Amino acid sequence: MNSQIPRLVLGRLGVAAITLLIVSAVVFGATQMLPGDVAEILLGQAATPEAVAGLRQAMHLDQPALVQYASWLWGLAQGDLGTSYANSMPVADLIGGRLLNTLRLGAVTAALAVPLALTLGITSAMYRGTLYDRIVSTCIIGVISVPEFMIATLAVLIFAVWLKWLPALSFGNDVQSIGEMLRIFAMPVITLLCVICAQMIRMTRAAMISVLDSPYVEMALLKGASRPRMVLRHALPNAVGPIVNAVALSLSYLVGGVIIVETVFNYPGIARLMVDSVATRDLPLIQSCAMIFCIGYLVLITLADVIAILSNPRLRK
Amino acid sequence: MAVSFPTPRRLGYHISWTGILAATIVLFWAVIAIIGPWLMPHPPGDIIDFEYFGPMTGELWFGSDYLGRDMFSRILMGARYTVGISLAAVVLACASGVVLGMTAAVTGGWFDTILSRVLDALNSIPSKLFGLVMVAAVGSSIPVLIAVLAVIYLPGAYRFARSLAVNINTMDFVTVARARGERTPYLILKEILPNMTGPVLADVGLRFVFIVLLLSGLSFLGLGVQPPNADWGSLVRENIGGLPFAAPAVTIPSLAIASLTISVNLLIDNLPVKIRDRSE
Repeated sequence: MNSQIPRLVLGRLGVAAITLLIVSAVVFGATQMLPGDVAEILLGQAATPEAVAGLRQAMHLDQPALVQYASWLWGLAQGDLGTSYANSMPVADLIGGRLLNTLRLGAVTAALAVPLALTLGITSAMYRGTLYDRIVSTCIIGVISVPEFMIATLAVLIFAVWLKWLPALSFGNDVQSIGEMLRIFAMPVITLLCVICAQMIRMTRAAMISVLDSPYVEMALLKGASRPRMVLRHALPNAVGPIVNAVALSLSYLVGGVIIVETVFNYPGIARLMVDSVATRDLPLIQSCAMIFCIGYLVLITLADVIAILSNPRLRK
Repeated sequence: MAVSFPTPRRLGYHISWTGILAATIVLFWAVIAIIGPWLMPHPPGDIIDFEYFGPMTGELWFGSDYLGRDMFSRILMGARYTVGISLAAVVLACASGVVLGMTAAVTGGWFDTILSRVLDALNSIPSKLFGLVMVAAVGSSIPVLIAVLAVIYLPGAYRFARSLAVNINTMDFVTVARARGERTPYLILKEILPNMTGPVLADVGLRFVFIVLLLSGLSFLGLGVQPPNADWGSLVRENIGGLPFAAPAVTIPSLAIASLTISVNLLIDNLPVKIRDRSE
């Protein structure tokens, strides 16, 4: 039985690798659809036919798309992200520090979101149908059916306009003290927290309820176990797998959330860099950022799947 | 299932009050999207107030925006973009997703495998990121937006339709039809499609919400509907400067988006079980 686990996990990793290949083809293909000639756009006023031809040759644009794709992929695999069109700096230098900022934002959010969401999700499953559960569920429907930027604007309205605890929208890039740092983090984290928690609570609650509905939990109740004991001792151990799966899946919503949040709050992260580079059509930068996000997303989804395989013997067939 | 005779109560479609309220709001926005332009008190592009971020008054119901334009008219016009683009995209995504899903389920084999694998891969690109890359590559115009949104939500629609169709495909009446020698188009349209319309319609509703959210998000980033036109997401973006004074120019479009998406969600949640549930 156990010998199947490595095979299944390896199979899942293989699928992830193929997916990544297809994703890279889509990202590359999409950026090839740019109307007009990149060399002409880059040269602008100075686009004499000779200059365009020279630049095309220098950038290998005269080669077939498939060759360009292969060499781009090869460079990517070796950590060579290319050179930015906009300011001729290596993309890796532009991304480096900003990636760290984004990861820091994600880590802080995750560290706060997981305990909060698990508590709310498990307790609302425990007291299903009560007023408490209904309030939590209504809030969740509210949060997941509005766009992230609305939660961000709402957070600004509440914390900056009405309560005046934090400054609205204007965050400088210079971080002096820990207090300053906290103020920069507070608003983006609050917003992301709402988005991530809503998804996580919903999935945790569903996972917990499906275990609570099973006959053996009812048996525990019938033999006289108290409600907390029934949930924590009998139901929870079996729900751990689905819940961890749910946590990994909801963390993948960070990727979408971070794009909006960094833009709204002017946070110096990689998503903001990418949105800015869309305006300048800086393709190597967009490609690299897109691949980084896709890899992050894919890692989280694959992790969720692997955890599901490890925790549920029935999935091992 | 025990044998029981259908009573009139179980035959009829029952919908709760929440469902009716939600349906009314959805219908209201749909009507506004169609007739909105005839109700506008001012042209949406005209500057008619010298004060910017003006408050709500009898003259300007929703105040004025960052240039002193009438917000009420701009909301009415925005409904047309938000609802129209999303509706076009969702119809495109779901129609092609359902057709491909049914075909894959019926034919099976390598067609099914390759299509499923490729669409699953597309599905593992975060939607906002995909939108961003496509808009960066092709530029933003309304047909491009519709196409991009449709492509982003096609894999989900495909997966949903395929899982439904795979179940129906194993039923006896399909086997009988196949034994009769019917061809794939007949099987898809006459045998499978009629048995999955309910769940597919519910799925269209949910996907519509996702598309409205993504479109608003893209517009908010400045990558969606371009000025001088504006959907509700662009309206929030344009007037974000009014946020520190909680101007109606920011809050009203946000409320419009929320009312639409929450209503569609509630409507789907409160649909009669008969329509919503998958026939498994």
